[in-house]
Amino acid sequence: MTGLYTLLQINQLNNTAENYFPIGVQIIFAIGFVATMIGLSALVGPKRKTSDKLENFSSGIASHGNARQPMAVKYFLIAILFVLFDVEVIFFYPYAVNFKFLGWAGFWEIVLFVVLFLIGFIYIIKKGALQWED
Amino acid sequence: MNVIQVLFWILSAMALVSALMVLLSKNPVHSVLWLVAVFFAISGHYILLNAQFIAIVNLIVYAGAIMVLFLFVIMLMNLNKDTEPQKNIWMKLAGAISAGCLLMILVSLIKQAPELQAKTAMMNEGGIGLIANLGKALFNTYVVPFEISSILFLSAMVGAVVIGKKD
Repeated sequence: MTGLYTLLQINQLNNTAENYFPIGVQIIFAIGFVATMIGLSALVGPKRKTSDKLENFSSGIASHGNARQPMAVKYFLIAILFVLFDVEVIFFYPYAVNFKFLGWAGFWEIVLFVVLFLIGFIYIIKKGALQWED
Repeated sequence: MNVIQVLFWILSAMALVSALMVLLSKNPVHSVLWLVAVFFAISGHYILLNAQFIAIVNLIVYAGAIMVLFLFVIMLMNLNKDTEPQKNIWMKLAGAISAGCLLMILVSLIKQAPELQAKTAMMNEGGIGLIANLGKALFNTYVVPFEISSILFLSAMVGAVVIGKKD
């Protein structure tokens, strides 16, 4: 356990932007791999463009109507509530890293934070904002 | 030119080109995707400045969650071609002039600010952007704004429910 703790401290001392080099390589590799594969399949793959083949369909049924229809606002409500709780979780990361350093004072601070969120959550549940069927 | 400078120029070019494409693309969904590219470039800048926490938060919250909200807003609107309003040429001219004035003011302010003269950003040094130091500052010095932010979230929840829910 102490070995793990010192490892964490050493890691924090040498925490520079160079540590992100493997992540950068991985992102470049991922983008390059996907781009190469899509490009290759577009170049090498057989293409026979007839009017029947280029028609839009889903499960063998030709599409009808317009896809550009305004959608229900309840999707947006769920999404905006998701973003709020997403940001709440973001605030837990700095607390979790300093969990031992902050002690009980930090614990009560985060409890107050979570209680205020919990009040909002109870309000959301009571109002039925997460109920899908009207 | 060392590696960090090369990376800085690449990321700056990426951010500027993507930001221009946000404005220039005709399809609003493409604009949103270009905005995601802008956020990735800005996250790269944050990592160069050794502000690692804000780089990751920028990716998770802005490129992830906020852009989903943008997509939802775009799809809530009616995007058919014939309903798109044609903007007046005078409106475009007025917009260009006012935006140009704002740009001039910003550039002259930055050039005159004594704090910024002959200074460059600290690339890859300083530890305040690391998550451990940031947490110490957040939970000791800035604990009151931190708790107030939770009240802000509470009001955002209530506002979203009040506006989005009929009854």
